[in-house]
Amino acid sequence: MTAGTAAPHAVRLLAGYHALGRPAKLSDHLAQYGPPPTTTGASLIQAVEEAGLTGRGGGGFPTGRKLRSVAAGRRPAVVVVNAAEGEPASAKDRALLTIAPHLVLDGAALAAGAVGAREIVICVHAEPDPGEGAEADARRGRARTLADTVRRAVADRERAHAAPVPTRVTAVPPRYVASEETSLVRWIDTGDARPSFGPRPFERGVGGRPTFVSNAETFAHIALIARYGPAWFRSCGSEEAPGTALFTVSGAVARPGVVEAPLGTPIGEVLRLAGGPSEPLQAVLAGGYGGTWLPPELLALPTTPSAFKAAGLALGPGILVALPERACGVAESARVLAWLAAETAGQCGPCVHGLPAIAADFAELASCRVSTELYRRLDRRLSVISGRGACRHPDGAVRFAASALRVFGRHLRVHARAEGCLLARWPSILPIPEEW
Amino acid sequence: MTWRLRVDPIACTGHGLCAELLPETIDLDEWGYPIIGSLSDGLLPLARRAVADCPTLALLLERDRTR
Ligand code: SF4
Ligand code: SF4
Repeated sequence: MTAGTAAPHAVRLLAGYHALGRPAKLSDHLAQYGPPPTTTGASLIQAVEEAGLTGRGGGGFPTGRKLRSVAAGRRPAVVVVNAAEGEPASAKDRALLTIAPHLVLDGAALAAGAVGAREIVICVHAEPDPGEGAEADARRGRARTLADTVRRAVADRERAHAAPVPTRVTAVPPRYVASEETSLVRWIDTGDARPSFGPRPFERGVGGRPTFVSNAETFAHIALIARYGPAWFRSCGSEEAPGTALFTVSGAVARPGVVEAPLGTPIGEVLRLAGGPSEPLQAVLAGGYGGTWLPPELLALPTTPSAFKAAGLALGPGILVALPERACGVAESARVLAWLAAETAGQCGPCVHGLPAIAADFAELASCRVSTELYRRLDRRLSVISGRGACRHPDGAVRFAASALRVFGRHLRVHARAEGCLLARWPSILPIPEEW
Repeated sequence: MTWRLRVDPIACTGHGLCAELLPETIDLDEWGYPIIGSLSDGLLPLARRAVADCPTLALLLERDRTR
């Protein structure tokens, strides 16, 4: 830690890295945490339930309850670790698997023991084809690291006889909806990484078997709960949302990156862990591209599902992007909506037609062609699309668009003026994956 | 016993036939895809007919467990 930075309060998942200063090998991991305890399945599920752990991929579903449902299935189960991280502004799962792969793998092995799984599948984001040339070679070197890091960690465990359940790593196509849990199941079974409609994976997942799918970070918390117990887990965070969570913080902050904070930490405090705003902010995007814009007045909002719900919002995954005053939030949102529209899996009418229509309306707003008719049309569209796709992709896009209208409502008056908005030409704060 | 209609959005091709048979419950959006409203018990026979007639078997009649 450099002088002057805030002390990392309640750092758990990242503690090993802070102490070591480099990614943990199996020997480092064992030196710090010791081997995972050999708790029986039922007692692990009970510990996770008592800990109150919820999924860290954005849904916030109680992990213990999900484990219990999968364990109750009649056929041998499967465990799927979701590190496919389709959100462009998220890097936490990549970071975690890079610096502490054995925490995630411990959690996966413990979960497999608890639900009676005979197989673990780790899903990471496939890397872009870097093309040709020296720069591409350098990128190729970097790009290969995540799947390779995890494969190497798995191989180390096998050599050390610390891999009780066969584990494989698969690289999922880098599409936004490929990280949806039914997409992962379909990808593993058929090689098609699009969401499906029908039973949820906990009932019928990989190969028709009950499947425990959870975010990579959730597994790392399981690994710590198994060692230190539910009371320890609850010793930070809030009563209804215990423990810590990883947040990827980017945009106008001094030290963009992945930070860890107890759930319940106010949004503004999480920004401070990333160095704080580097310039005056007009809004913060919380929860990624299926999330919501927050006005500066809401920076005191605690990062708990209930606090967000009380404000009419959803917390979503740990992603924060700070939007500086010099940016145009409408143009930024329009660019993201165009990308989200292009990322539909092309399966469901309301999503396939609705998202491009909303994106086109936002493009009009961004280019200052504002009219009452446009607002009326957009309002109507935003009200009919949610809940009508096979996955939640359209719901997220609608949530994002509606929050942009709310939070940038005043700025939209500038767009309605004859002179228009001078900031709208260069949207660049919210990252859009490169074409590949 | 309460029932509800649900659409498999991947199977639905937006024929709109269901909305013709059951306009009380099914509306179409501007692209011709069904928006499902609540189903009163009196409409159950018509709902069954709409389910049977959907050309892609995308319309499903299920017990409503949400209430
Ligand atoms: S809702 Fe959209 S993204 Fe989801 S499965 Fe349907 S078409 Fe694909
Ligand atoms: S009849 Fe079937 S395919 Fe046609 S709109 Fe209704 S549900 Fe969709």
